[in-house]
Amino acid sequence: MYVLPVVPNRLLEGSLRLLNAFAGSELAERYGLHEPAEQWLQRGTKLGAELLSRAAARARRAASAPTEPGARFDLTPTEDQELVRSTMRRFAEEALRPAAEAADDALALPAEVTAQAAELGLGLLAVPEAYGGAAEARSPVTWALIAEELARGDLGLAWGLLASPSAAHLVLDHGTEAQRERWLPAFGGDAFVPAAPALLERRPLFDPRAPTTRAARKGGGYRLRGAKALVPLGRSARFFLVSATVRDEGPRLFVVERDRPGLTIESEPAMGLRAADPCSLSLDDVEVGPEAKLGDEGFDHQRVVDLARVGWAALTVGQGQAVLEYAIAYGNDRVAFGEPITNRQSVAFLIADLAIELEGLRLMTWRAADRAERGRPFTGEAHLSRAQSARVGTRVGTDGVQVLGGAGFVREHPVERWYRHLRTAGVMEGGVCP
Amino acid sequence: MIHLEVPKRLRPLVALAHSVAAGYLRPISRKYDRAEHAYPKELDLLAAAFGGLNEAGGLGGAGVRGESKRPPETARERRPGSAQLATVLGLAELCWGDVGLVLSLPGQGLGNAAIAAVGTAAQKARFADRWAAMAITEPEAGSDAAAIRTTARKDGDGWVLDGEKIYVTCGERADLVVVWATLDPGRGRAAIKSFVVEKGTPGMEVVRLDRKMGIRASDTAVIRFDGCRIPADHLLGDEAIAEQAGFSGVKQTFDNTRPMVAAMAVGVARAALERATELLADAEVRPDWGGPLHAGPAAAERLVDMEAELEASRLLMMKAAWMADARRPNSMEASMAKAKAARVANAITLGAVELCGAAGVEERELLEKWARDSKILDIFEGTQQIQMLIVARRLLGKRSSELR
Repeated sequence: MYVLPVVPNRLLEGSLRLLNAFAGSELAERYGLHEPAEQWLQRGTKLGAELLSRAAARARRAASAPTEPGARFDLTPTEDQELVRSTMRRFAEEALRPAAEAADDALALPAEVTAQAAELGLGLLAVPEAYGGAAEARSPVTWALIAEELARGDLGLAWGLLASPSAAHLVLDHGTEAQRERWLPAFGGDAFVPAAPALLERRPLFDPRAPTTRAARKGGGYRLRGAKALVPLGRSARFFLVSATVRDEGPRLFVVERDRPGLTIESEPAMGLRAADPCSLSLDDVEVGPEAKLGDEGFDHQRVVDLARVGWAALTVGQGQAVLEYAIAYGNDRVAFGEPITNRQSVAFLIADLAIELEGLRLMTWRAADRAERGRPFTGEAHLSRAQSARVGTRVGTDGVQVLGGAGFVREHPVERWYRHLRTAGVMEGGVCP
Repeated sequence: MIHLEVPKRLRPLVALAHSVAAGYLRPISRKYDRAEHAYPKELDLLAAAFGGLNEAGGLGGAGVRGESKRPPETARERRPGSAQLATVLGLAELCWGDVGLVLSLPGQGLGNAAIAAVGTAAQKARFADRWAAMAITEPEAGSDAAAIRTTARKDGDGWVLDGEKIYVTCGERADLVVVWATLDPGRGRAAIKSFVVEKGTPGMEVVRLDRKMGIRASDTAVIRFDGCRIPADHLLGDEAIAEQAGFSGVKQTFDNTRPMVAAMAVGVARAALERATELLADAEVRPDWGGPLHAGPAAAERLVDMEAELEASRLLMMKAAWMADARRPNSMEASMAKAKAARVANAITLGAVELCGAAGVEERELLEKWARDSKILDIFEGTQQIQMLIVARRLLGKRSSELR
C-alpha cells in the first residue's frame, strides 16, 4: 500500500477528543467556562498552548522516528543535471526530431544518431569511473530527466538509445563484481554499444514478476526456454538481459549473447516505437553458464520492474511535452471561422488539460525516481506513475492529433507518429532502466 | 536538488494537524452536517489554541492563512520554502477531518487572505486578529466578477456601499467582510476595489443563510448593503483606477487561496479514498502494488487510479505553494493545482461512494458527506472552467479579449 506521510498520534487525538467534549458541552456554556478556557489558551502560557506545544513536541518525536533525514520539497535540478538536460534537449531537437520519420519506416536507429549519442557520452554517463565510464553517482533522477528530454525529440528513437545505458545500469545495479568487470567497460568506449533488457512477454495481463520464460538448472548452468516480446535493438544488440523464472528463486535476469545456439531473433514491426527495432526473442533450450545469471541471492527483481516503470513514465512525459508544444504552435496558427482555433474554449481547454495532466505526471515520475535514488521504497510510487502514464500518455497522443484534425492524421506532421508511440509506451514493462 | 517529500521540519505540523483533524474535527463532523446553521462552538477553543500556539511558535510559524506575499519578519519565516507549503500541508490534514468545519474556523476566512495579499501595512496591523469573510459574488455576477453591480461612492471622508452579495462564506459569523465593489460600473474590472466592512455597520444586513448540499457547518450568507458608510481607509490598497492593471490588487489574493482550495480537495479526497480502501480491504479487495496493471478486480484498479490522481493533485498543490514560497509568480500553477485537485476530489469522493455501495450512501459512514462536501471545491474561488481559462490563456499567450 502506498505510504502516507502522516504518523497518527493516538495520545494527542485522545486528549483532543476530551477537549472537544468539554468545548461542546452544555456544562461549559451554562457555567460560562468558554471564555476563561479560551483566555487560558489564548495567552499561550497555561493549559492550552502548553498542552498543544507538548503534543507538538511529541508529534515531532513521533514524526521524526520513521522519517528520512533531509526530506524536503525542491524542484530545482542540480547544475550538472541542468547541463545534461540542456545538452540532451538540443540533441533531441537537432538530431532526433529530423531523423525520426525515416527511422520509423526503417525499423532501426540511424547510424549517425547512435554515433552522435555515443559522442555526447550517453554510455559514459551510465558507467562509473571504476569501469571506464564517467558517472559520478548512480542517479535515476538524472536518467529520468535524460529520458524526458530524448523523448521530446521522438519516443521511438529515445527508447532505442536508452536501451543501451539501461542494460549497463542493470549490470551495475544488480551484477556481481565479475559481471560488472566483464560487461561494463565497453559502454564507456567511443562507440554505441547495443544491448537490451528483455522482460515483456506476449500475453494479455502479463505480470512482469512471473515470467513464463523458464531457466532450468542444467549442469552448473541454466537452460532457458520461452519467448520475449518487443525487445529493443533486437537485430543489433550484443547481448540481452532476459528475465526468466528459476524454480525456488523466482524471476532472475540472464545475460544472453546474441549468437547463443537456440536463440532466434525476429523483427516485430509494431504500432509504434519502431525506430528502436522491436524484436521477438525465442529461447529454445538456450544454454548459458552460471555466470550468466545476474547478481547473487540479494537480487531484487522488483526494482528492475519498478525502475522500468519510472522510465516509461519519464519517456511519456517527454513525448507528451512535444505533443503539447506542437499542438499549441499549430493551434495558434490555424485559422478557422476567422480566428485562430485556440481562441475557442473547446480547443483551448483541451490543450490546458494536456498541460495539467502532464505536469502532474512529471511530478509523480520525479518523485518515484527520487525515492529510488535515495534507496527509499518506491514500488507504490512506480506503480502509480505507470498507471498514470498509460492513461495520460494515451490521452495526450489522441488529443494532440485531435487539435490538428485531418492534418494530425497524415504523416506530414509528427503527431500521428507520437500518437502511435504513446499508445505503445502505455503497454510496456521492462525494456528500460533509468 | 530534485526532491518531492514533505519537508522534515514540517512533519510535526502535519502530524499535529492530522491529530487535530482526527481527534477534534471528525468527532463533530456529522453533528454540524445535520445541524446546519448552528455555530460549531467547539471551534472557538480550537481557534484560540491555534492563536496561542502561533504565539508560542509551536506551529512553525504557519497557521492556515495565506500570507506569503508579506515580507518575512522572523528568522524562521525568512527560511525559504516554508509558509505557503506549511499552509497547504496543514490545511490538507485539517480538511481530511472536515472541510466545512475548517471553513468555519474563526479568524481564518478568505477575507484574511485578501487583507494579507493587498492590504497596506497599517491595514494588516489594524485588521490582524479579526476574522474576515469575502464577498464577491452577486445574483447577476458569478464567474464574471467584472460584472458586479455593487457600488462604492466617495462621500465626504468615507465610502458608501450599495448592492447585494451572495454566497458569502462565514458572512454571518465573521467580524469583517471584505467586499468587492466598483468605483465606476462603466470602467470594468480596473474600477473594482475591495473594501473592509465591520460587522454591525449600519446599512449592512445579513438577509438570510442558504441551505446547501455540503459544507453545512459553514454559514453561507446573503448580505445587502444599503447606503452602508465606511471609513476612507477601509479601501484595501490603492484607489486609483489603473486601466492596464485589470484586477490587480484583488486577483493576487487568488494566487494564495487557490492552492489552499487545492489543499482542501486533497484532504477530503484522501479521507474518502482511505475509508473506501479500508472497507474494500474488509471485502478482500486490495490493489496488487508492483503487479501488472489491469489484472486485479475492477474495484482494486479503481483504487489505484484514484490513488494516482490524488498523488498528481497533491504534488501540483505542493508545487504551487513551493513557487509562492520561492517568491516566484505562480498564477498558472495555482490554477492548475486548483483545477486538478478539485475535479479529482469530486471524482474520488463520488467514486468512493460508488465502490462502497450502501455503506457509501448511508449516513452512518461519512463517505456520502464527503461526496457532498467536495462539490463546492470545484466551484468556489473560481470554477473549474475559470481555472481552465487562466491556464489556457497563459499557455497559449492569449489576452482575455481573445480567449473569452
